[in-house]
Amino acid sequence: MASTSVIDELKKSQILELLEQGKRVDGRTLDEPRKLIIEINAIPKANGSARVRLGDTEVICGVKIQPDRPFPDMGDKGIFICTAELLPFSHPSVETGPPGPDVIELARVVDRGIRESHMIDLTQLVIQKNKSVVGVFADNVVVDYDGNLFDACAYAATAAILTAKTPKWEMKDDVPTLVEGGESHVPTITIPVSVTMGKIGNYIVVDPNGDEWASMDARITITTDSNGNICALQKGGNGGFTFDEVIKCGELSVKVGSKIREMLKQAKERGQ
Amino acid sequence: MGGRDATLVLLDENGIRCDGRKVDEPRRIMIKAGGLKNADGSAYIEFGDNKILVGVFGPRDVHPKHMSNTDTGILRVRYHMEPFSVTERKNPAPSRREIEISKVIKEALEPAVMLEKFPRTAVDVYIEVLQADGGTRCAALSAASVALADAGIPMRDMVAACAAGKAADTIILDVNNEEDQAGQADMPIGYMPSLEKITLLQLDGVLTPAEYKKCVETGIHGCKIVYELQKKALTDKYFGNGEK
Repeated sequence: MASTSVIDELKKSQILELLEQGKRVDGRTLDEPRKLIIEINAIPKANGSARVRLGDTEVICGVKIQPDRPFPDMGDKGIFICTAELLPFSHPSVETGPPGPDVIELARVVDRGIRESHMIDLTQLVIQKNKSVVGVFADNVVVDYDGNLFDACAYAATAAILTAKTPKWEMKDDVPTLVEGGESHVPTITIPVSVTMGKIGNYIVVDPNGDEWASMDARITITTDSNGNICALQKGGNGGFTFDEVIKCGELSVKVGSKIREMLKQAKERGQ
Repeated sequence: MGGRDATLVLLDENGIRCDGRKVDEPRRIMIKAGGLKNADGSAYIEFGDNKILVGVFGPRDVHPKHMSNTDTGILRVRYHMEPFSVTERKNPAPSRREIEISKVIKEALEPAVMLEKFPRTAVDVYIEVLQADGGTRCAALSAASVALADAGIPMRDMVAACAAGKAADTIILDVNNEEDQAGQADMPIGYMPSLEKITLLQLDGVLTPAEYKKCVETGIHGCKIVYELQKKALTDKYFGNGEK
């Protein structure tokens, strides 16, 4: 992701000055996320897909569903894997080749939020116990960068899973065989919503944009489920949070998350 | 990609192809210039069911430095397919096929780009296939030319590309995925219409010398159709109602 430049240092002082007056660079309030646009079924060839714009950050997620071998210790559960990648045209500093630590963290945090919320009922994705299960692969690609990829990827993956249709397989002669006309929605239990907050000086801002992302001291990503419980969390950056700040961020994630969950529900309904 | 219906009729008695097209008719083509915020130039193309995004950076510093050339700028092209772009999920790592296509697209664009004006720099072209349905290299090359022009990089001409081929013993324009799998020949062509130069040419399949000539002619005809749409995409952005 974007490295810090001299310009960022100059921007940081401006961002801090504005925050002291209770303002943000793009005119938002401190607890206000950017405009979220969710376009579903952007890639008809995928089993489910979503194109998400969070301000100027843009992510496409495609879900592929196919039979796979279960993990050795989880023979009675389907597989869920979520990845994230920065396309080289998403920012001038992105280089091709194997992903760096930032991108690996991004993919893992997005995966964990969805996994730990138990969004997908993996027990329903078994073709034959210990032998063959259904694998759900959610691949995120970042098309344009303007900060906060964590939330943009999480929303894209969630919307793509909520609207994905899974084919049906049955074991025939020891191989999973496609059953015609057996399509159904991916079984989901809850809608996880991740909310990322940045700490700049002593201020907490929701959904940092690219300039804020480059100037912040620390960040925290909190995923909540439909019941308003916190199910995954990741702190990042080289600054720290006080106890009170961590509690405040928890509250913010529930409050902001519930509004975004409504948008994801609407996306799901459009995909029915 | 993958197995297809064996009973598929590639060409019916009225000369209509499996997707309803005539023999000399390309698929629906939509090209849009611009669209990406961070890239210096960009383009999006829908070519039938292909959906491809291209972003261009440069001319900019070359990393690693040893790749730079004191006499001329260099062009670097990466063609990459998303895991969800094809029927079976594709491993995200670049395959040998993608590396070859990157190279042929680079060599198809080089004659068009005035790289000698920018010694010691690089122009990077990043092609991302969001959805693939046969003929991605031609669609990608056509979009890459528009993205380079959108980036304001001096060019001698734009490269337009379209495939021709042979299915059911007939020379056809713009081979789709079914025709590629079940047909007899596929010939992608990249062409600079104003300079009348072919910069990309591949063929797999068997053609008689007469068919070979007809195939190249048909392909060039397709390139000229694409060329008009490329120019329209740029005029729409810079002189029309397009964004900015």
